[in-house]
Amino acid sequence: MSSEWPLWEIFIRGQHGLNHRHVGSLHAPDAEMAIRNARDVYTRRNEGVSIWVVRSNDITASSPSEKGPLYDPSNSKVYRHPTFYDIPDEIGHM
Amino acid sequence: MYAQLVKSEGSKSRDEMTPEEIAFQDRIDRNEKIEPKEWMPEGYRKTLIRQIGQHAHSEIVGQLPEGNWITRAPTLERKAILLAKVQDEAGHGLYLYCAAETLGVSRDELLEKLHSGNMKYSSIFNYPTLTWADMGAVGWLVDGAAIMNQVPLQRTSYGPYSRAMIRICKEESFHQRQGYDIMMKMCAGTPEQKAMAQDALNRFWYPALMMFGPSDKDSVHSAQSMAWKIKMNTNDELRQKFVDQTVPQAEYLGLTVPDPDLKWNEDKGGYDFSEPDWSEFFAVIAGNGPCNAERLGARVKAWEDGAWFREGLMAHAAKAEDRARAARHAAE
Repeated sequence: MSSEWPLWEIFIRGQHGLNHRHVGSLHAPDAEMAIRNARDVYTRRNEGVSIWVVRSNDITASSPSEKGPLYDPSNSKVYRHPTFYDIPDEIGHM
Repeated sequence: MYAQLVKSEGSKSRDEMTPEEIAFQDRIDRNEKIEPKEWMPEGYRKTLIRQIGQHAHSEIVGQLPEGNWITRAPTLERKAILLAKVQDEAGHGLYLYCAAETLGVSRDELLEKLHSGNMKYSSIFNYPTLTWADMGAVGWLVDGAAIMNQVPLQRTSYGPYSRAMIRICKEESFHQRQGYDIMMKMCAGTPEQKAMAQDALNRFWYPALMMFGPSDKDSVHSAQSMAWKIKMNTNDELRQKFVDQTVPQAEYLGLTVPDPDLKWNEDKGGYDFSEPDWSEFFAVIAGNGPCNAERLGARVKAWEDGAWFREGLMAHAAKAEDRARAARHAAE
């Protein structure tokens, strides 16, 4: 049997109240070890204040070939952007 | 470089490409990043696995020459610094293995290929580190040469590789500076210490030049890798840049570059210098360098000796999962 440790995706929250952000992946036998390893691999220079680990197998991703159909509907809705509306200069910043 | 002599594909003209290949090349020409799971030519995928894999292996094997001096560092501070540096190299290897794995190769496969000699690592790590000054020379020259190659690779076309390079470059300049710092200390020390520094430069100069790979005129298959933006500069371009950068640093130390033909060339705005002995390079790559057997032996031994530990932790994880499942059942 292959004893290769499963792959985990690592997400780290930087110092400044940002969202957790994907930084890479690593192998570990379980979640606890994944966090310990992530500490050593991805935060050797104080890069984070919080770590999430997720089994790579548990992530469902959108398919690259669906890029078009998935995002096309938002293209026709320009009225969602503030620049769609003309506001007279006298009104000032809005 | 950390990836030398990576076998690539013959390049194709636009007329020979399929519509898919043309669309792919256009994306690369627009500097779009290629991401895992997106369509890519098989040759692109294979070349990247070979190159990123070789790069990762180099980081991991590269821990060995320096690991040699951790227990014998001259001060506690130097020891802590060297430990941190060697730990960084392990981290760099891991970033790169992960990038390679997004291309559909497993970690175990990559390691198996390293251990069986089917994948290479950089020739530079097959040279011994005989004195403490070698720690200085390795950081200054070897990491210096690596940075020269890795900085442009931050713009490489494959997203995960590019992101790994960005992380690595951020950490790498500490490595070169700590090496130069050791050299400065040695050169300001006793005549014996300065002689030791000169000896380290003498031994590492040509092997460092070899890191960039054979001369462009003998370097086959570069064209396709450059079109794919897997390789950003030619071997000779990078080697020239490295020499131009390093010679003044050697002069500052009061050391002599071991090349009687080294000369500033005003016309080209760079140094003329002697080529390394390429027959030595090919011998080292083929497995006949001073430390090939020792380095690979150490890797294989670490892998085999660690098997019980890897398996034990997996068994523990499986048991813990079973227990958690049983507890959930009982609660329902």
